[in-house]
Amino acid sequence: MSTNTITTQNINFKVFRFNANEDYLPYYEKHEMEVTSEEVVLDILDRIKWEKDGSFSYRRSCRHGICGACAIKVNGRSTLACKESMNDMVELFGKELTIEPLSIKRAVKDMIIDKGDFWDKHESIHPYLISDVEEHPEHEHLVTPEEADELNEADLCIQCGACHYACPVVEINDDFFGPAAFAKAYRFEADVRDDAHVSRLNHLHEEKQGLWDCVKCMECAEVCPKDVNPIDKITKLHQMLFKEGVATSNVATRHAVGFKHSIAKNGVLDEGGLVLYSELAGIVKHIPVALKMFRKGKIVPPWGIVKSENLDEIQKLVKSSSTAKF
Amino acid sequence: MEKLKYALFTGCTAKQSTPEQMKSTMAVADKLGIELIELTEASCCGASHLQDYDDFLSLVLNARNIAYAEKHGLTMVTICNTCQLNTAMTKHRLDENEDLKNKVNEKLKEVGLEYKGTSNVTHFLYAIIDDFGLDKLKEMVVTPLSQFNIAPFYGCHNIRPSELQNKTHKTKESAYRPTSLDDLIIACGGITVDYKEKTKCCGFHAELQAPKTAAILTGNAIAGATDSNADWMVTPCPLCHLKLDTQTHHASESIGREVELPVLHMQQMVGLALGCSAEELGLQHHLVNVDFV
Repeated sequence: MSTNTITTQNINFKVFRFNANEDYLPYYEKHEMEVTSEEVVLDILDRIKWEKDGSFSYRRSCRHGICGACAIKVNGRSTLACKESMNDMVELFGKELTIEPLSIKRAVKDMIIDKGDFWDKHESIHPYLISDVEEHPEHEHLVTPEEADELNEADLCIQCGACHYACPVVEINDDFFGPAAFAKAYRFEADVRDDAHVSRLNHLHEEKQGLWDCVKCMECAEVCPKDVNPIDKITKLHQMLFKEGVATSNVATRHAVGFKHSIAKNGVLDEGGLVLYSELAGIVKHIPVALKMFRKGKIVPPWGIVKSENLDEIQKLVKSSSTAKF
Repeated sequence: MEKLKYALFTGCTAKQSTPEQMKSTMAVADKLGIELIELTEASCCGASHLQDYDDFLSLVLNARNIAYAEKHGLTMVTICNTCQLNTAMTKHRLDENEDLKNKVNEKLKEVGLEYKGTSNVTHFLYAIIDDFGLDKLKEMVVTPLSQFNIAPFYGCHNIRPSELQNKTHKTKESAYRPTSLDDLIIACGGITVDYKEKTKCCGFHAELQAPKTAAILTGNAIAGATDSNADWMVTPCPLCHLKLDTQTHHASESIGREVELPVLHMQQMVGLALGCSAEELGLQHHLVNVDFV
């Protein structure tokens, strides 16, 4: 039987402090604290409040990784304070730890942020089952285990906001729905009982919210404390747009489809051809950079592209394995 | 030590918009005595965009690419982060799901191929660190880069999602505090620069769809490195390179500040330390002048 001895070590914390009602600017308070190997980040927040300063504010409720209230950032990494062991944090970042709210620009008091943008976007995707339910059904609406598998992962989301405020696009584009809202939308899109399918997809496809603005940085997948893997759900929403015939021709959809055409033609991409296929007349804006690249030997003309060997195999596979239409 | 030998998946950009990457890969492999067998049959990996449209087709095509590495009995080495992610993701999904693997193999059978799952897929950066060894590299350095502050730019698709990435190489890498590229800089004699954006996104994959977002991310990355006193940046990803080297005009406009730094491919940095010439490393192909060589 293994015995886990509890060890202690001194950690230097730099804690973000700000009261929107009183402070002109935020500031950081330093605390050196003895931390045991059994503690989680939330224990430290509690101790700062109980031992250092009773006015220190943060959200917390369930303490079991279910309510999603206590998400904050440690050394820039979004984390659920009640789930994150101090040992892991020290192993990852060393003994200098900076405690900050999920979003500094949305800070209201210390760790507490105005999460209004998160909830507005969440609400806007209609995060509920839309279904014409008979008042007196003769039997239950059965969902097979296979059908449930399609949405189980997305259903684990606890709306903690860790991914939303880790997303670099949310940070710079206020309109972008963000990974959490999209993952939630997928959860209902993938539900066989939902009748709003196409209308919700149409709503998501509207340009402003930016279903196609995702930069594919994988930050949301990395940071999610419940393994929802939001980027995977965004990808699946993209695939649904095509599958359900909701996708309209725009630079993003043509870009995705353009890969298939380029691969079918050359095996490898025709980079210039792909940009033209995606942009159509919009190609014009790329000409100045393209000319500079050409002068530096960075542009290969269509006739200079070295096609994949055994291209016939690729062409055969593109024909036989394609599952999507546009 | 037995001579290291890999199947090289060049990806598309190395053959088109980043010719310097191909040149420097071969020059460095030559210096290190690493044999690279180019997979000339390989197709594009789909770059995460084909995956948005036709997931199954992307699996079949990537499985075909890996099948060719398997035919050689070699580990596949990638030189592009996005190729690495899409190929490794395919391998992971097929190795974990027998049904899916069978479905993919049904298609591959039509062209006389089979995906077995016998070849590993790793990025050249990790092949150098895991298999060649940085100690050995250090011994071979003839021109230490000791006068340079070098900003590592890791590129998303080499470090996230870390669970998948850490299955493909021995170096345990944290997505939040990665060390591989820093270690490589140090092995080349350079001084590493720590800055917030070193693990952030360059915006490449939304360049056409969301040009403003993409340009701001590029601008922030170059500005972050500049403000941390970097002389130049280095990246293992040709797509990051394209953004950071060719899009400085848009990036500067978007963040309201002129930003421009020379950006080297990881292979070019190693090549410089090993005494390769600027021409061998293709430095003449950069848009931002590499004026320190």
